[in-house]
Amino acid sequence: MSFIGKSIKRVEDKRFITGKGKYTDDIKLVGMTHAHMVRSPYAHARVTKIDTQAAKDHEGVVAVFVGSDIEGIAGVPTGWQVNFKNGDTMKEPPHPLLIRDNVRHVGDAIAVVIAETKEIARDAADLVEVEYDVLDAVSDPKEAVKEGAPQVHPDAPNNICFDWALGNPVEDVDAALASAHHVTSLDFVNNRVVPNAMEPRSAIGHYDETRDHYTLYTSTQNPHLIRLLLCAFVLGIPEHKVRIVSHDVGGGFGSKIFHYTEEALMVWVSKQIKRPVKWTSDRSEAFMTDAHGRDHVTSAQMGFDENGKIVALKADTYANLGAYLATFAPAVPTYLHGTLLQGLYTTPLINVNVTAVFTNTNSVDAYRGAGRPEATYLLERLIDLGSLEMGMDPAEVRRLNFIPAFDGVNQPGYQTQVALQYDSGDYKPVLERALQMVGYEDFRAEQAKSSSNGKLLGIGFSTYIEACGIAPSAVVGALGARAGLFESAQVRVQPTGKVSVYTGSHSHGQGHETTFVQVVADKLGIPMEDVDLVHGDSDAVAFGMGTYGSRSLAVGGSAIVKSIDKILEKGAKIAAHKLEASVDDLEYAEGKWTVKGTDKSIAFGDVSLTAYVPHDYPEGLEPGLDFSSFYDPANFTYPFGCHIAIVEVDKETGKVKLKRFIAVDDVGNVINPMIVDGQIHGGLAQGIGQALHEGTIYDESGQLINGSYMDYTMPRADDLPSFEIDRTVTPCPHNPLGVKGAGEAGCIGSTPAVVNAVIDALWKGGHQVKDIRMPLTSERVWEAMNN
Amino acid sequence: MMSNRITTTINGQSVTKEVEGRTTLSTFLREDMNLTGTHIGCDTSGCGACTVLLDGKAVKSCTILAAQVDGSEVKTIEGLAQNGQLHPLQAAFKEKHGLQCGFCTPGMIMLAVDFLESNPSPSEDEIRHALEGNFCRCTGYHNIVESIKHAAENMSGVPA
Repeated sequence: MSFIGKSIKRVEDKRFITGKGKYTDDIKLVGMTHAHMVRSPYAHARVTKIDTQAAKDHEGVVAVFVGSDIEGIAGVPTGWQVNFKNGDTMKEPPHPLLIRDNVRHVGDAIAVVIAETKEIARDAADLVEVEYDVLDAVSDPKEAVKEGAPQVHPDAPNNICFDWALGNPVEDVDAALASAHHVTSLDFVNNRVVPNAMEPRSAIGHYDETRDHYTLYTSTQNPHLIRLLLCAFVLGIPEHKVRIVSHDVGGGFGSKIFHYTEEALMVWVSKQIKRPVKWTSDRSEAFMTDAHGRDHVTSAQMGFDENGKIVALKADTYANLGAYLATFAPAVPTYLHGTLLQGLYTTPLINVNVTAVFTNTNSVDAYRGAGRPEATYLLERLIDLGSLEMGMDPAEVRRLNFIPAFDGVNQPGYQTQVALQYDSGDYKPVLERALQMVGYEDFRAEQAKSSSNGKLLGIGFSTYIEACGIAPSAVVGALGARAGLFESAQVRVQPTGKVSVYTGSHSHGQGHETTFVQVVADKLGIPMEDVDLVHGDSDAVAFGMGTYGSRSLAVGGSAIVKSIDKILEKGAKIAAHKLEASVDDLEYAEGKWTVKGTDKSIAFGDVSLTAYVPHDYPEGLEPGLDFSSFYDPANFTYPFGCHIAIVEVDKETGKVKLKRFIAVDDVGNVINPMIVDGQIHGGLAQGIGQALHEGTIYDESGQLINGSYMDYTMPRADDLPSFEIDRTVTPCPHNPLGVKGAGEAGCIGSTPAVVNAVIDALWKGGHQVKDIRMPLTSERVWEAMNN
Repeated sequence: MMSNRITTTINGQSVTKEVEGRTTLSTFLREDMNLTGTHIGCDTSGCGACTVLLDGKAVKSCTILAAQVDGSEVKTIEGLAQNGQLHPLQAAFKEKHGLQCGFCTPGMIMLAVDFLESNPSPSEDEIRHALEGNFCRCTGYHNIVESIKHAAENMSGVPA
């Protein structure tokens, strides 16, 4: 029975299409109370008075808590430490569950009201009186480091969290740029976007006094990591006293990786009131408190020789981390960004400098792609612009600069100038296939004629690489991660031969209940119906590091394969005993062990039963058929691809229409093509959304003025074309499935392709515009054409 | 808080309940009726996750007060399958991978039920336009459009 490589329809769909999904807010516990947060309307202020009496007196209110009630709890920590270039420890101000002195961004939590119903909690929250001494605020990272800028934290001078550099000596890079035939320079902003998982975050704390035990139901991408942080770093509760449950989660895109203050607060509150308590974010709160993504201000230079070969790259980025450090925040602009600046190119000299900055804004952390989209945007904007400036074909310039193919087995991995060693890659085919799908020559001919009808046609490229399958623990530990990034899996064969698989990966739309089961059923040669996947419950699953960084199949799937290998190894011993043969004489296929060259065989189910009813059993062998494994990857995985956007710009209005989008991605081996295609589609929409529609707008007082769906433009169905996608397959050489991960590719490659297409259209129309700030609204494009 | 007694038919069952004047239909369905398949994804009637059928027409149930549905018929995602048979749209969403996390799915399907009633053989542009008021963050809409196309094909010739 072969399941790998087939577009099996999703097992989990039935509950979702019938309205039977179980998201956190769907859960009701006996005696459950409801929480509503009192949040700051100001970006920066000293809180001079909080009066909760009227709220406490309101009928139906159970309790009201403020920061001073939570003694001895510093707040939620970050999971990554990046030190200053001079070796000093990064600035790590506490992120309290409820503020104690100042509010530092709009939405900072001041008090929590607990009541019998959600409505009463909300009513009573309006009765909490807070007096503020409003302070100046700063939201732009480059403004924040200037002398005299408002100080977000007293112990972080100039609002700098850390500075960091990577790559070749800056003098060497400068010298190469100085002697280059052509240097393309670009100052640009990678706009801040809001992840907008459709399910708002929700958390239910439930303290059971009789067992002195806590359960936290929460919409998270990584239950065990939340437990570790909650127990060991926030509340000081022993881990065996805490269960984290994360059933169905309505999208994450990074924003549900992080351990949020509300999660710890609900656990703490439940113990105080000895009743369960639920908090569910509304969308306005989500805009204010779900960690945002991107927000880099960058200056970069790319030097070329006379043939168009890149000779050097230099980048200087100010990365906005917001007011508080979220769980992965320090890693995103550094080890997930600077390390990707080799791209697919043989650039011999690279230097990147990053200044990480606090501002009076919500936290910024990993959002689909996390650092890698920022790196790709930087590289792909520069190489496309360089091609335009030099009058060269952007496809040809890429061909010229591609790293030659290597499979990581017969040829070694590719050592970059920025610390990584790529696993395997063959980059030309994705470009050639995408060009073929576009009909490149025909398009250029059509483009030359287009401006006569009031429309400018443009084509934009992006040939990207990402580092996924996060990550080898020892490597990330050396880079400042405070946790390992392995994964665990348990494969429990039941006596009847049915199989329960427990994974530390977490599905919040990725379809693990299908893909992972395909892998197990395929390897064991049994029907998919005989396999069940369990995830999202720390009591059921031994341990896990969760799902992000396109790691589930590459790391979590590999852990499952390790456990299956152990099952088959032990099963073979039992089979050999029953068949009165040697293990070496057996082969396993189609769900049974057969003595080679004979028709003597024993089925998987019979071996399973024997393992649990060991009457006639190999001497010295333990009963049971149940194995756990931990898999720590040998390297990151490196998916890559080529994305091409074709746009039409209205000369009169500046309106951009995305006419076609072609994506050819290489994510290694593919278990379920239908699901992988779906991952690419979704990523494309998010990346295109950043380019054309999305972006936060902060006013001078630090107010997010587009913090709702009335104001923040989400990509809609009629903003997007049907996507034209294909793939090549370059297996990962270092994991057993040969997979590289597909979750982020669409979002990483697409953004610069769209912007490059608009810039190309404008150049063809005679407007030699270097950059338009994302999102490329009609207004901005019109201004670029008319200024 | 003023309350209202309402009698309404939900998924074919008649229900009489006291509701606060301010209670939205979405909250009523989720909290009073335990029909949690109707999801709340925003607070500005922007996302469409809460779409249900009110007297056969797709509405955003966060924009309707429960008190307003007195005497009306409400159908939610839980009431769509009949006699254990999935509605063609439910089947099409599975067949064409029109969902990932599933949170927007009930709203998408309920919207599409109404849409295909009024336009049984829509073009792709018409489908995309019809979906304007419903957000999906997972699928890029690609396979939602394919699902609705597929359902339209399967439903053509079959009386609604």
